[in-house]
Amino acid sequence: MNVDYIVAMLMISFGLYCLLIKRNLIKMVIGLEILTFGIHLFLISMGYREGGIAPIVTGTNPASVVATMGVDPLPQALVLTSIVIDVCVTAMLLSLAIYAYKHYKTLDTSELRRLKD
Amino acid sequence: MMRRVLAISLVCAIGALLVFTVSNYLLPFGTFPQRKFENFENQSVAQVYLENAPIAGAGGAGSANVVTSIVWDYRGYDTLGEATILFTAVCGVAMLFRAAKEED
Amino acid sequence: MAGMTLIVKTASRLLFPFVLLFGIYIVLHGHLTPGGGFPGGVVIVAAIVMLLLGYGAEAAKAKFSPLQASVSENIGSLILVATGLLGLFLGFNFMKNAIPLGTTGNLYSSGIIIPLNIGIGIKVAAGLAVILYAMLTAFEEEKK
Repeated sequence: MNVDYIVAMLMISFGLYCLLIKRNLIKMVIGLEILTFGIHLFLISMGYREGGIAPIVTGTNPASVVATMGVDPLPQALVLTSIVIDVCVTAMLLSLAIYAYKHYKTLDTSELRRLKD
Repeated sequence: MMRRVLAISLVCAIGALLVFTVSNYLLPFGTFPQRKFENFENQSVAQVYLENAPIAGAGGAGSANVVTSIVWDYRGYDTLGEATILFTAVCGVAMLFRAAKEED
Repeated sequence: MAGMTLIVKTASRLLFPFVLLFGIYIVLHGHLTPGGGFPGGVVIVAAIVMLLLGYGAEAAKAKFSPLQASVSENIGSLILVATGLLGLFLGFNFMKNAIPLGTTGNLYSSGIIIPLNIGIGIKVAAGLAVILYAMLTAFEEEKK
């Protein structure tokens, strides 16, 4: 019973729902963030080994134990990069939202669609 | 109202399809390192990284943390590209708000 | 933006050096414990955000001005590229781990990873500080 995969897919569905239904710009950005978190969770839990430990050599886990019982370290390195890229994209989105609020005095997308000056 | 019902049904359909894809039929949980595609038994790059990273000699990184040695030693050029992305985002945000400050 | 009440001001002023020390610890022990440059830089900028929220934007700008943050980001980027060129000058390819590797498990081990972590920690902290200063103090002049 793989709970990790199901929770990740539920998070993707919730993020997609929030992106489609809400009309406030900030709430749409929050929905995009939840979608990205679900994808990261799915990627990391793909590399799980049965009864695995963290891939770090310490006093109690010498190098031989880590080589036979450690989980997959490659998706963790990929997700580390992806988190930083997600932060940069969110910073650009939020600065554009601040700019739109300053110019049009509203954050509702059904009002912004008419592009009045 | 019609738009809301349509969106909810679309999200429910996509969610059901995703949950069925990752259930135990198509994607068994805990699949590292034995992948069930053809005869791909013990050939995974991650196993080579786990064995060679703590060695302080030729071919190893000499660090106790395997993830850090992958990010900086075996794949250091990708992290340099990511530092470029961070620099570009900071430049973009600073440029947007500099134009706003000189506007008034 | 204005500051907050007396309790928040005192707590942020007392907690600031400990959060800074914790961030520097995460950056320096990147090859022994989970973490590294990126989470360490974010914890360092969290200490500056505590001062920004408690005392207001003007007092925080008097301590860490946006010009200092911008110059620090460039210094972090230069540390990154210079450490990569070190491998080129020693006879191997770009960003090769060519300086002597110590024993696994000590603080000095895994040659090139420590300067790279320090460089990216400074870069992430200064970059996020520039973004926060730009976003929080952008449209303030028109209110006066």
